[in-house]
Amino acid sequence: MSTTLFDKVWDAHVIRKIEGGPDVFFIDRHLIHEVTSPVAFLGLKARGVKVMEPKRTFATADHNTPTINQHLPVEDPLSANQLKALEENSASHGILHWGLGHESNGIVHVVGPENGITLPGATIVCGDSHTSTHGAFGAIAFGIGTSEVEMVLSTQCIMQPKPKKMRINVEGSLGKGVTPKDVALYIISQLSTSGATGYFVEYAGTVFEEMSMEGRMTVCNLSIEMGARGGMIAPDDKTYEYIKGRRFTPKGEDWDKAMRYWKTLKTDDDAVFDKEYYFKTSDIEPMITYGTNPGMGMGISNDIPNVDDVQEGEATYEKSLNYMGFDQGDAMLGKKIDFVFVGSCTNGRIEDFRAFASIVKGRKKAAHVTAWLVPGSHIVENKIKEEGLLDIITEAGFVLRQPGCSACLAMNDDKIPAGKYSVSTSNRNFEGRQGPGSRTLLASPLVAAAAAITGKVTDPREFLN
Amino acid sequence: MAYDKFNTLQSSAYPLPIENVDTDQIIPARFLKATERKGFGDNLFRDWRYNADDSLKEDFPLNDSKYSGKILVGGRNFGSGSSREHAAWAVYDFGFRCVISSFFADIFKNNCLNIGVLPVQVSDAFAKEIFLAIEKDPNTEIKVDLINQTVTLIATGNSESFEINSYKKENMLNGFDDIDYLQNIKSEIQEFVKTRPF
Repeated sequence: MSTTLFDKVWDAHVIRKIEGGPDVFFIDRHLIHEVTSPVAFLGLKARGVKVMEPKRTFATADHNTPTINQHLPVEDPLSANQLKALEENSASHGILHWGLGHESNGIVHVVGPENGITLPGATIVCGDSHTSTHGAFGAIAFGIGTSEVEMVLSTQCIMQPKPKKMRINVEGSLGKGVTPKDVALYIISQLSTSGATGYFVEYAGTVFEEMSMEGRMTVCNLSIEMGARGGMIAPDDKTYEYIKGRRFTPKGEDWDKAMRYWKTLKTDDDAVFDKEYYFKTSDIEPMITYGTNPGMGMGISNDIPNVDDVQEGEATYEKSLNYMGFDQGDAMLGKKIDFVFVGSCTNGRIEDFRAFASIVKGRKKAAHVTAWLVPGSHIVENKIKEEGLLDIITEAGFVLRQPGCSACLAMNDDKIPAGKYSVSTSNRNFEGRQGPGSRTLLASPLVAAAAAITGKVTDPREFLN
Repeated sequence: MAYDKFNTLQSSAYPLPIENVDTDQIIPARFLKATERKGFGDNLFRDWRYNADDSLKEDFPLNDSKYSGKILVGGRNFGSGSSREHAAWAVYDFGFRCVISSFFADIFKNNCLNIGVLPVQVSDAFAKEIFLAIEKDPNTEIKVDLINQTVTLIATGNSESFEINSYKKENMLNGFDDIDYLQNIKSEIQEFVKTRPF
């Protein structure tokens, strides 16, 4: 029978099927961080069980870490306590731990691929909804709750009903100033914030074939923002090139054996999906969001839609625009902004900083804008320095911070103040997401750079030749 | 850990007729710093329930004394966003045992089932009927019967059935959790591990 990429990987990990219930689903690699794991370890303690396969779990501190002065003790006692819990739990169960300041430390979804933890055909989970990022490698990767973290720690399995299958096809090449982030925000704006709930997505078409691995990660990362549990892209030569030689990638004979398996990972020509969408890149321009969920996005040169043209009901839509301080019919171009945030598991990789630097090079940051540039990991931070990007952004009046999730979810001190507008390369524009009362405009690193220079929402194509 | 058994629940309800309620609203990230599962109910819907100076927003339904009960009725696409189980813990800790909506986000729904809060998905029309009934009489009661998989508005007798897979249903009725199940088949899992290529 013809099967999809998703079927092939999923079915290979089912240990047992329960009649009228979920599958017992095996997890190859498990990523943990300080926020969603402590209660799971308490659960293990209460049951008196140890981690079953400690070599399959990897710990990094990211959600609740400061992005300046990481060499000093963490000031917030609650944050310090979570970091200590992660360190102690990892040590007592034999789990590899990359704490604050460790050279491999960084955002969980950035360090996984960097270290070859992320592999094609693998199942990867983490107590974080953006685990979908790893689908860029042809892995089945998705976010789980803390009860499930405990399941994986204690039995390396979770209980999951198999999701339905969706394929999103996008044909064409990226236009000027259009990035993988824009492709993802465009798709979400078309499907809405819940349009893919209950589905697992495969992305297919020329735009994804031409995309770099980092671009694919950005797209898969945002799958959850349309409700999908995850999204994946079939592995190809670019994928193998990226993972080869990394720390936890199979070597020698194991590599050859894995490669034979990976080559089988693609959707059969006549395989059937429960739902398919078709888009073309000629319809996609640089995107920006205007509301309080990632589905409320549009081409940057458009006007905010009328309530009759959106999926939300009137009360919900008005509440959202009211929170943002916007009106129906407003143009986004020219709106004054206060902050710029570049970073997160969505857009905190080296290509994102290259894109940002390409626009700010030889220009100056707008005086009234506060910009937080936060690399996704120390490896990214080091590359920024090695490639001379640090000089470019410093010259333009910006400061580079230290790695972490930072203002994406504002658990640490990096909070956008109430009422202020931030153009952010992160993934969520929910009310208060970046700090109580903060107002987020999601966009690409190019749009963020253009806004940082002019101090208002600006089409990045104005700065590109 | 095993949790409370769920059989039948008859209760009044709190209405929250807003769509796309995300888990950052249910519990903002800055309240996720605990290393134990307790006290999250205090910060349920923190920024909708309290003003910046920590005073109560009187008009928010959870602060309105005319409402009560163990059921929360939310708008469409309830629980989207972050996978934080803290959102389900906060709902539970506040005193809810059931959330009704015409559509749930996946991870939140799963998290609820894993801690013994029953997510009940109803049609848009029935959700509207429930909101109207609560608006008319805040003390109106809703009966959620897990065995028969029905949800009933007591005042009108109108009823709808809801879906739940038979495995999860059995777990909820008995207060079992998935780890109990997985621990019992550990040798089967250990055999499977040996076959994995990486």
